[in-house]
Amino acid sequence: MVHIRDNFKESPSQTAGPYVHIGCTPNFTGIKDLYNSDLGSLMKFGPIKGEEITLKGTIFDGNGESLKDAMIEIWQADSAGLYNSPKEIRGQADPNFSGWGRCAVNLKTGLYNFETVKPGRVPNAEGILQAPHITVWIVARGINVGLHTRVYFSDEVKDNSSDPILTRIVESERTQTLLALKERKGLYKFDIHLQGSQETIFFDI
Amino acid sequence: MKVQSKIDSYLKRDRAWHPKALSPSYKSSIYRSPQSKLLSFPATQSEETGPVFGHDLIGKLDNNLIHNSAKQGQSAIGPRIIVFGRLIDEYKRPIPNSLIEIWQANSGGRYRHMNETYLAALDPNFSGCGRTLTDENGNYEFSTIMPGPYPWPNGPNDWRPAHIHFSIFGDAFTQRLITQMYFEGDPLIQKCPIVSTLKSTRAVERLTGFLDMTKTVPMDSLAYKFDIVIRGNQQIFFENKPEGS
Repeated sequence: MVHIRDNFKESPSQTAGPYVHIGCTPNFTGIKDLYNSDLGSLMKFGPIKGEEITLKGTIFDGNGESLKDAMIEIWQADSAGLYNSPKEIRGQADPNFSGWGRCAVNLKTGLYNFETVKPGRVPNAEGILQAPHITVWIVARGINVGLHTRVYFSDEVKDNSSDPILTRIVESERTQTLLALKERKGLYKFDIHLQGSQETIFFDI
Repeated sequence: MKVQSKIDSYLKRDRAWHPKALSPSYKSSIYRSPQSKLLSFPATQSEETGPVFGHDLIGKLDNNLIHNSAKQGQSAIGPRIIVFGRLIDEYKRPIPNSLIEIWQANSGGRYRHMNETYLAALDPNFSGCGRTLTDENGNYEFSTIMPGPYPWPNGPNDWRPAHIHFSIFGDAFTQRLITQMYFEGDPLIQKCPIVSTLKSTRAVERLTGFLDMTKTVPMDSLAYKFDIVIRGNQQIFFENKPEGS
């Protein structure tokens, strides 16, 4: 284990608090004189390759109440499994797709919504192909360290059954907490439960 | 020809150093803290890449909160300060061209937000929102006003110390971090239930901006230095065998 002196350890996290919108989605909170649009509100900049999908859902607390002050970010590969990142060396990602989205949940309903594309498969470090997935990061009042998880797709049964992470889960009944449910073609629902019997699996990565 | 390859490998997040998810003195954490153990696995490209942003994103006044929401010829109310520092990783490598977003209350401790109910006045010339990219050496700088402390519904009489929220990207999604900067010498720091989610005084110090007279602008602004560290990337380089051998 590498030992890092306290001076150079990662800066400790603190909650984003209830007013995260001011800094991250100012237009959403009515501050419209600064930026043309909120960063991450659009993931598609033109015609894109692959199946365009909507990913939507709600975040629930331990009382079953929906969070109405949370912010979600997602990061994903394009439909060919390539990341729009300078570190991507396997090929050129779709230039019209950013791969990164940010959404403040609706202040009244708690719903979040991303207009994105179904990601392709990405190999892990050993070269094993993972099932299509979207990386998720959640912050809100009451969340002291941002929560990482992944969205997989309920209709990718075959790929899911050999995914190196899904098959790693010991409490297999919890695997379904990582599956977005296909409601109809192009529409997936992924609810997140912070606590309780349906608690989503969160990652330490 | 020798080809050099690189493997990213990020140091694990030290969960004992960060606040625990459940910190009952901070009441909002009680029902919003996952109870199960986090799932660990070797990170993949999905965590080791992340969005990057260009300098063309950043407007001229984006890092100047004194003026970015002020009417022509006016400026935000409050003590003028510069908040600056360096973004590095745990191996002390500077993180260049990386987005930093900030938000804060005005000098009266009031946020410009529809859910805000504190009775302190809004400042029509201040929104409390800013952003910048670090330069090639990982340095960043904001001009703003000193935020005020404010009361909040937690215990019967809890007050937040003056603070600025920071959102940090680094260059991998696994480095994504939100934190807060407090101000050196503020007596409210040690009374705050959110600060006290941190279990060591060293951790609190690391979130403290320190007065730095060398960076002050005489007759204009005080300056506070706040260095930020994100998860270290071990970056293992290795040379591939020359082709044909």
